[in-house]
Amino acid sequence: MSIDENTAARVAKLARIKVEDNALPALAAEFNTILGFIEQLNEVDVEGVAPMTSVTPQRLKRRVDDVTDGGQQDKVLSNAPDAREGFFAVPKVVE
Amino acid sequence: MLDLTYDTPKPKVIAGAKHDWELVIGMEVHAQVSSNAKLFSGASTQFGAEPNSNVAFVDAAMPGMLPVINEYCVEQAVRTGLGLNAQIHLYSAFDRKNYFYPDLPQGYQISQLYHPIVGEGEILVEMGPGLARKVRVERIHLEQDAGKSIHDMDPAMSFVDLNRTGVALMEIVSRPDIRGPEEAAAYITKLRQILRYLGTCDGNMQNGNLRADVNVSICLPGAYERYQETQDFSHLGTRCEIKNMNSMRFIQQAIDVEARRQIAIVEGGGRVDQETRLYDPDKGETRSMRSKEEAHDYRYFPCPDLLPLEIEQAWIDDIAANLPELPDAKKVRFMDDFGLTDYDASVLTADTADAAFFEEVAGQSGDGKLAANWVINELFGRLKKEDHDISENPVSPSQLADIIKLIKSGDISGKIAKDLFEIVYTEGGDPARIVEARSMKQVTDTGAIEAAVDEIIAANPAQVEKAKNNPKLAGWFVGQVMKATGGKANPKAVNEIVTQKLSA
Repeated sequence: MSIDENTAARVAKLARIKVEDNALPALAAEFNTILGFIEQLNEVDVEGVAPMTSVTPQRLKRRVDDVTDGGQQDKVLSNAPDAREGFFAVPKVVE
Repeated sequence: MLDLTYDTPKPKVIAGAKHDWELVIGMEVHAQVSSNAKLFSGASTQFGAEPNSNVAFVDAAMPGMLPVINEYCVEQAVRTGLGLNAQIHLYSAFDRKNYFYPDLPQGYQISQLYHPIVGEGEILVEMGPGLARKVRVERIHLEQDAGKSIHDMDPAMSFVDLNRTGVALMEIVSRPDIRGPEEAAAYITKLRQILRYLGTCDGNMQNGNLRADVNVSICLPGAYERYQETQDFSHLGTRCEIKNMNSMRFIQQAIDVEARRQIAIVEGGGRVDQETRLYDPDKGETRSMRSKEEAHDYRYFPCPDLLPLEIEQAWIDDIAANLPELPDAKKVRFMDDFGLTDYDASVLTADTADAAFFEEVAGQSGDGKLAANWVINELFGRLKKEDHDISENPVSPSQLADIIKLIKSGDISGKIAKDLFEIVYTEGGDPARIVEARSMKQVTDTGAIEAAVDEIIAANPAQVEKAKNNPKLAGWFVGQVMKATGGKANPKAVNEIVTQKLSA
């Protein structure tokens, strides 16, 4: 698989990262280097080997169904560029 | 397993300009899990709180915060799977579904694309007595809900409330086994009923706790059967997905409108594009959500913050052992044990609270059929008059059972029983005592009835003469006697005595 400039531009848009047109060839090249490495990994035969999800054997940590958090509207909103009446206020987004 | 035999309903057919067309529908239902806290945080799930007050830092996606799964939400998903006779997966895993929207602070939704917790199940959707569609469920996965955007509080801004962000949802995905708008509504109704029985979702559609994405396509008659034989989707038309429906009525309208749109396109020689659409109930049309299309590349990948979710068979068995009786089983039992009709049993099992109330009344009164009549006709009728449901019912099961016992013992007539019910409903009190205190007891003493009949006959010699030539006039005398006794005379006894005296 090879990434061209259009694909690089699309990925940047999906990730909401602004990339100038003249930076696209370099970005596409970087993607290709990364994908090349992944392709190299794909050559390893992992038939019958379970994916490793943890370095040490661990069970997913669970919590009980108790309300232990919240009630901190001021803190939640403290980094918001704009907040009104307890809401985050953002530029209008309508479908 | 219950032995439920039924016929399959006919699919909905819409006549186009050139052909008849059939509908094929699949649904993705998002059901909010009933829990105290969110799926991955300790913030409350309570509806209607101050904006952004039920938000933990992990819900707001503050840097460095990590999700920790709420075990009860997992249990609820397992319970739902068991209730739909579905396969439960001992191994499931969480993935990130990436997209940007102001009400999704993480920039991704944690979901289960590759390894859902629940696999294939099924729902029996009744379309009438002895008529039902078996709808296959493909999967159920756990995921996070997004926040809520409010667009009408300011002309230039949207307001965002993250209280709902991170609340657990079950996405219940059906196979394309639904064949018309009415079946789609019946499917949601049945699913909602099962979820409410299980206590895994409150089913409140108004609050958005149960909402559906509806996939609609059209095909020529015969094509669907070929799909069912082969499970090859190429026999079916291209589908469109109508997003975010939370009204039964709009779901049915939207399906009809969308099917007709597709028929017009295909018959006009065009092709249906696979896309996401929105139903506009004011205009009665569906329209494309183009912005959604562009963002459709969700770039799913396994969530690195969460280990796979591994559960034990013994835990599942324990949940299974404690499942409540489900609607299908309860309905069959009501028909068998109480001799109810299919219709009455359906009405009484529609909601678990209704069913529990009926069972109490039936048990205490010892007459299931009479109890069914009184619960459905009098009680439900009275509640409906005030737009109340069973939770606001002022009559206790033992009060209603006592009224039924008074009818059965012959102490009161059916007509007086209705008056008594109204008194109990509005004023409360012990039915037997009310009957005593207000002397509502039925007069079965033939001597007393005879005396009343004699009095009417003596007072109306002209009517008596007429009645001798026209036996139908006996009804007038019965009416007079009932009036004179305040409706308390046993109508059967009055009838007999009047007939006997007039023919003497």
